[in-house]
Amino acid sequence: MCGIAGLIHRGKSSNVGSELQGMLQALKHRGEDSTGYALYGDTDGKNFIMRFKVGENVGEGSSSVMEDVSVYDERKKIVDQTLAEMGAKVVKEERTLPYSLRYEIDYNVKDLLEFSQRIESIPGVEILSMGKSLEVIKDLGNAKMVCDRYSLDKVVGTHAIGHARMATESGVDIKSAHPFWGYPFSDVSVVHNGQLTNYWNNRRVLENKGMRFMSECDSELIAVYLAEKMRDGATLEEGMKASLTGLDGVFTYFVATKDSLGMAKDTMAAKPLVLYESDDLVAMGSEEIAIRSVLPQEIDTYDPFDGEVKVWQI
Amino acid sequence: MANLKTVSKKSKAQSMGMHTEVLTGRTQQKFFNPDEAENFYYFGTYDVDFNKRTELDVKDMTAPEANKEIDNLMSQGYGTIVIKNPQGKHSLGVGILNKLNLIFEGSLGYFGMGSCDGPIVRINGRVGWSCAENLMAGKVVIEKNAGSCFGAAIRGGDLICKGSVGARTGIDMKGGTIIIGGDAGAFTGFMMQRGRIIILGDVGINLGDSMYDGTIFVGGEIGSYGSDAVDAELTKSDQDWLKRKLKVAEIGENFDVSKMKKIVAGKKLWNYDNLEPTEKKGAI
Repeated sequence: MCGIAGLIHRGKSSNVGSELQGMLQALKHRGEDSTGYALYGDTDGKNFIMRFKVGENVGEGSSSVMEDVSVYDERKKIVDQTLAEMGAKVVKEERTLPYSLRYEIDYNVKDLLEFSQRIESIPGVEILSMGKSLEVIKDLGNAKMVCDRYSLDKVVGTHAIGHARMATESGVDIKSAHPFWGYPFSDVSVVHNGQLTNYWNNRRVLENKGMRFMSECDSELIAVYLAEKMRDGATLEEGMKASLTGLDGVFTYFVATKDSLGMAKDTMAAKPLVLYESDDLVAMGSEEIAIRSVLPQEIDTYDPFDGEVKVWQI
Repeated sequence: MANLKTVSKKSKAQSMGMHTEVLTGRTQQKFFNPDEAENFYYFGTYDVDFNKRTELDVKDMTAPEANKEIDNLMSQGYGTIVIKNPQGKHSLGVGILNKLNLIFEGSLGYFGMGSCDGPIVRINGRVGWSCAENLMAGKVVIEKNAGSCFGAAIRGGDLICKGSVGARTGIDMKGGTIIIGGDAGAFTGFMMQRGRIIILGDVGINLGDSMYDGTIFVGGEIGSYGSDAVDAELTKSDQDWLKRKLKVAEIGENFDVSKMKKIVAGKKLWNYDNLEPTEKKGAI
């Protein structure tokens, strides 16, 4: 089933970590195999923030194979060496969990394709996100468990999207969890509720064009599809509009960039979405109770129609 | 059941409950005796007084707790109940088979007022997916917008949304009336079998797709027609009925109904005259 939620504050920052946690926790009945956050925090914009993993969570319900922590250490060491070889200086390093790391990197290159390819050529290493303000945090469990594990409730920023997952098409693991980074574009992330039926056709085409897939989760296709459109010069909104016919199946998805948040709904309108929009805040989720967790007062909400695409700026 | 050995093939099928008649005008058919008052009441319903009024704050209640408390209040004779702080909770007000004046001061989530028979309900907010699904009788008025599958499979009563509604409004409906003050999404009236839908605003693609019977009236633009949905002539009788219905619904009272489009089933997709093979075997 899965649940998605997102919000964007316009003209101000807020405690988006805590707000998104409340929204996703309200949707936990839609799936709690894994939960993911894409948070756009307040930063000085100088350094890249790279969230990456060197292993999987092998806790209860995981479909991953257990590995020794020393393997994670070895992979981290190779990542460090590779960064040094590329001239990327690690300014700050955090290891929240043995398999999950956050680096602030001083790296003055706009094209992240080569950078990402080199890092991810290290077996077992996957970049979850790369950007000047985006941080993707995803792990097994419900929203509160993930929030507590990574101390996300204190994150202040302008916008965020998140996903509560009930695994159907692929495994219960971090690599199949949402949000997906719009590789190799800085600060692009996607969450999706639904099922894409032309996943393999699109994947073959996109891989032939040099795009990369890290999982077999159909939702990853949206991130890659949009990234490819933008690589070819389309705007985010143009890419999203093209996806209404380029992607087959049922879907409601959110995509966020450094300064914007968008939503798209398929032409069958088969997946739910409730939207609240005011001058200073847009909040949306699979169910109204997600919005109520941040706006308990009586408000006007609505369901976007079939084939609708909307994009908001901060 | 009739003696199958002594009746014709055609009446055998009818005796077994299998119809062979063309369905035109079937919505007018009466299947019960309106003089038998007991047909209108369920065993075990409560005798409530509409003038006896109370409030119920459901902020800290789960949906089952809130619904049980509504039932408890009806058992005490309360005929008007005001629900405070519904806050988008799912499945509130379901399964009320009683006369009742129910007012929600706020919005409902999914499946609000599902499987009800008889209550008069006003929701001063929005409703989520599948509001009033399977409504048998009564009236449900939503002051703001509604989600998808609004009035799915209703069999009777009036379901009114003063705002806009999502996709698949009136899907599989078998009677009753749905009135929308704003716009409606895709697949409105999908597979509807009887009843009427009135939309004052625009409607999305595939209107009335695969509808068996029933009528859809649209005041605005139509995205596209679904399979077997066709235009029909808007008669004087239709216009009079629309005016009456909109007035009673307190919605679009000054709306020019003469410009509305009327959509019905082309009846090319199905044929009830053809029995399923297993039914044929039984009828022979």
